[in-house]
Parts: sequence; structure tokens; C-alpha cells
Amino acid sequence: MTAADGDSLLEISDLSLEFRTYRGPIKALNGVSLNVRAGEIVGVVGESGCGKSVTMMAATRLLPEGSARITGGGIRLFGSDPMKLSERDLQHVRGRLVSTIFQEPMNALNPTRRIGEQVIEVIRRHQRLDKSAAAGKAASLLRDMLISEPERIMQSYPFELSGGMRQRVLIAMAFSCEPKLIIADEPTTALDVTVQALILSLIKQKARSTGTAVVFISHDMAVVSQLCDRLYVLYAGRVAEAGTTASVLAAPAHPYTRALIRCLPGLAPPKQLLEQIPGTLPDLLDPPAGCLFRARCREANERCVAVPPLAAIEPARRAACWRRIEETQAA
Amino acid sequence: MSLISTILRRLVLLVFVVAGVAVVTFTISHLIPGDPAQLIAGDKASAQTLAHVRQELGLDKPVTQQFGIYVKQLLSGDLGQSLRTRRPVLGDIALFLPATLELGIAALIMSIMIGVPLGVLSAIYKDGPIDQAARVVSVAGISMPVFWFGLALILLFYVKIPILPGSGRITLGIAAPPRFTGFFLVDSLVAGDMKAFWSSLYHLILPAFVLAFANLGIITRQIRASMLDVLQEDYVRTARANGLSRPAIILRHALPNALIPSVTLLGLAFGDLLYGAVLTETIFAWPGMGSYVVSSIQTLDFPAIMGFTIVASLGYVLINLAVDLTYMVLDPQIRELG
Repeated sequence: MTAADGDSLLEISDLSLEFRTYRGPIKALNGVSLNVRAGEIVGVVGESGCGKSVTMMAATRLLPEGSARITGGGIRLFGSDPMKLSERDLQHVRGRLVSTIFQEPMNALNPTRRIGEQVIEVIRRHQRLDKSAAAGKAASLLRDMLISEPERIMQSYPFELSGGMRQRVLIAMAFSCEPKLIIADEPTTALDVTVQALILSLIKQKARSTGTAVVFISHDMAVVSQLCDRLYVLYAGRVAEAGTTASVLAAPAHPYTRALIRCLPGLAPPKQLLEQIPGTLPDLLDPPAGCLFRARCREANERCVAVPPLAAIEPARRAACWRRIEETQAA
Repeated sequence: MSLISTILRRLVLLVFVVAGVAVVTFTISHLIPGDPAQLIAGDKASAQTLAHVRQELGLDKPVTQQFGIYVKQLLSGDLGQSLRTRRPVLGDIALFLPATLELGIAALIMSIMIGVPLGVLSAIYKDGPIDQAARVVSVAGISMPVFWFGLALILLFYVKIPILPGSGRITLGIAAPPRFTGFFLVDSLVAGDMKAFWSSLYHLILPAFVLAFANLGIITRQIRASMLDVLQEDYVRTARANGLSRPAIILRHALPNALIPSVTLLGLAFGDLLYGAVLTETIFAWPGMGSYVVSSIQTLDFPAIMGFTIVASLGYVLINLAVDLTYMVLDPQIRELG
């Protein structure tokens, strides 16, 4: 565990990362800082391409080796740098300490092996259990996911199950070795709206009852607001704003967060077009200088030519926007 | 779709395939110019002798009637009599085919045993030294003519460094095992004759390797390509994210899925092996179907050519059936949904 913050599971500080491509390096992360403490549920929000998944995949070293390169900053995962871990130690960390639920449940299970075999394999990889004990544990995990006939499901192949059912299996698998941290990378995006709420509540209940910390990655402000204790809003590979969910939603500090919240259907008056954020993400092959949101920002001024730091604006509240920083300083 | 209904359906299909093959080969072999009677009787034979030979072989009857007779024979499982050897074609095939099959199966096993691991390693260490070496081996295997490679190996391992036999199926002086299946390896084991077994095995190494070498490249490249695809799959990422070991990920999760698209290729490869065996058999003096077919073609031995063609097409259908059954074993989705 880290010395700095007694119960900090994951600490990412000023992380910059680029992907090598034929057109040149894509600067996917430009100084992301975030941390996750034991037992809390943290949301990471932003539109596609803002670096949510890349940040978390870098933390568990799941990015394709060779194409992604860390150019600055660092990661501490359970007190050690995942980039420096041996393959063996890394395998121990993954699954046992931190485990990941991905977006696409349709392809996330091996199509040629039975569900039971796959769950049992993960359990036995990290715990000293014989086959029948592991099978019993798998069945009880599946029951926790409100699967009524776990024995039958364990005998099935993935293609025989619906997407929602597969995602529940994957959640059970992620919780199977009692990890301290679970990364849920848009786990409901590929599912029907009707199943979404169920999956979210299953994750939340299980995490709360086991004291597992969860990093919840989503582009959906509404989903994140129901689920998370704290939020990080990412924009173009940088943290735009961070704080408790309630305070961010009540008084969003960064214009990007405000724009995201305005896009929520629930908050718009009926029979009116939903608001859009004009423009698109900046070109990360050649990012512009200064605040990366400047080109899409209604409130941009000449200060924004310089990069705004992620500064504390209130206790436990930070934002990377010159306007707010100046207001805070003035107050 | 169950296993049994698949097999039954295919066997019914087989009847139509054989009928089609019989019509086509009969038509072609009777349309091509050339007179087998002339070839048998010799250039200087009198018209009377020729007519006599023709009558004896049934070649004087109208073509339609000849076809009728052939089909009648075929229905009773008779492939007719060879014009050249004057023996039943079926007996000739039974005599020569096992040698070819033994060679082909040995080559198939060899190309799988080398090609699959090489393909897997090439994919894991993509663009590394193993991959580059495997690429060279594959291109060499695909582009090197069998007759040249075979002779080169004979020169190296039989003439220069005499450690392997260069011709035949068994050492002269060692009696062939009593015929049971026609496969020397099987027959010698059945007879408990270990001396014959080892001798046959040694004789098999060079020709089987020559034959395997061409397919080796194709198998290696196919396995490499499908492994690379599978290693990109989400379920491999799931396995990694759950901390499974690399061998477990590769052997239990990636390889079984990568084998599925390769099975078709293996079926085709076996067909190729049997066809490649013709040249290999010639080089290694291997008494198989290859030399029999070549001689039959040279003497326009219609019944032998047709008999071989029908047996070969049967073989292809059975290989395809085997491929489909293998799919069912490897892929639960095909097994349970059909």
C-alpha cells in the first residue's frame, strides 16, 4: 500500500500516453491525475475518445504492448508501478486485486468453452480450491447476480445466453476472487435499456456488500450520477473537473461538465431539441496549445491560450478552467 | 443437427457424387483421341488382331452400351478389369492404395505436428526471429518443387550422410508384414514384428517429410493468421484481465478457437497430399497409387483411370465429412445448432 494515502488503491498522477500510428503519435492522455480509495465508487465520464478507457487500461497494463507509450507521469496500483511488474506479479494483481468488466459482453467470453469452466478457471487461478468447491463458489456468485439456475447456466455455452446474462456472468467472474478494485468499462452500453438498471444495481450492491472499490467508466452522466460517490470528468486526455458527485452535479465548475449535463434528456424541458456540444474533440495527433476545450467553449477568452492547471476550487473539488480559478482567487 | 443425421445425409449425397463422377470420367475418357486396343496390340498389329483385341475388351460395342455395362458392374461393386494388368481394378487399388494412404497420413501428421506449433509461435512472437524463420520455411515449402527437394534430401541423408533409407517401403531382406490393412506400420504391429515396424518407419521419414514440407508452410501461415485474429478477441482480453497465465491463455483460450478456421485447410491439405504423393512416390520408388495411375494413363487404361477417379472422389467426400465432423467437435455452436 502507498505511504502517501493510507488506503489509496490506485493513484495516477499527471499521466501522459501516446499511441504510435503511421500518421504519427496520437496523444491520447495529456496529464491525467486521479486516485481511487478503498471501498469507494468513482465515476470517470467523458465523450468517446476522451481517454477514459485508455487511462484505466494503462493502469492494469492491458493496452497492446508496443503501440502505447507512456510519455510522462506515473501509475501506482496497490503501491507498485504496473509497468515495472514482472509478468507473474502482474497476473497476480489482475484478477486477485483488480479486475475489469468490459463493454462488450457478447465477445468477452470464450465461445468454445462452457460458462462454468471459465468462471471456475478464474477462481482456481487465484484461490486454493478444488474443482467442486470452486464450482460451488461459482454457482453462489452467479446466484448473487440473480441468476436463478446457476447450474444450468454453468453448463451452457456463451452463445446460448443473452447479452445481459453474459454480462452478469462476467460481473460474477470479476468479483470471484474478491478483488479490492473493479474497473467497470461501460458495462451497460451494449445492453438493452431494460437490463441496464439491473446490471448497475447488481454491481453497486455487490461492491457495497464486499467493500470493493469500483471505477465506473461511462459516457452517460445520468448513469454515473446514480452510482458514484465521486466523479472525474475527462476531456481530450485531461481531467476537466473532479469532485463528489453531488457537488459536481449541483454546481458544475467546468464549461464542459455543464455542457454534458445540459445534454441529459431528463433535465431538458419536454418537446424541445436536446442540446449538443458544438464541435468535436481536438485532433490529438497535433493538439492545439492551451485549454483543449477552448474551441468548443462559449466562455473562452484570451487566458485560455495557456493550459489551465487542475486547481482546487473548493475543498475536495478541483477544476481545470481559468475562469473558475480566477473566481476562486478573487474570492 | 446430430452427428448421425449429418453422416447419413452425407452418405446419401455420396451416391450422387459417384454417379456424376462416373458419367464425366466415362465421357472424357471415351472422347479423347487414342485407341487403347492399338496401344495394347502394338503399332504393327494387323487389323484382324486389333479387331480381336477390341472384341475381347468390349471396345467394339457402342459407347452407350459400354456405359450401361460399366454402370451395371459399378452397382455390384465391380470397377471392371484393367486393360493393362488384366486384373480387377478394385484388387489393384486395394493393393496400391494403402501404401499411398500410409504415406499421406504420415505426411499429414508430420505437417500438423510441426506446422501448428510453428504457427502458434510465429503469432505470439510476431515479427520476431521465430516468425521470420517460419516465414522463410513456409515460402520455401510452398515454392520448392517436390521432385527437387526430394532428390536433394536423398542426396543429403542417403548418399552423403547415410542415415535414412532413400527408396521403398521396407529394407530388402526384411519380409513385409502379413497383409491385413496394407499399412506396413499397422500390419507389423499386428504381427508383432518390431523389426519390420522400425524398418517401415525409417523408410517413411524422408518421403513423408518431403510431402509434408509443402503443406507445412500453408498450415503454419494459416494457424499464424487465425491465432493473430483470436489474440485480438475480447475473450482473450478477459482472460488477461483475470490474471490467467500466458500458457493457459494460449493453449486453452486462443488455440482451440484458432483451430476452427484451419480445419477446412487441413482437409484440403490431405487432398493435396494424396495428389502430391504421385511425384513423391516416383522419386522414392514408393509402391503406391501414384505409379499405378501414371502407367494407367500412359496406356489409356480406361477402367483403371475411372476406378481411380471414383475412389479418389469418394475419398474427397469422406475427407469433407471428416472436416465437418471435426467442426462439430471443436465448435459447440455448430454442434448444438447445426
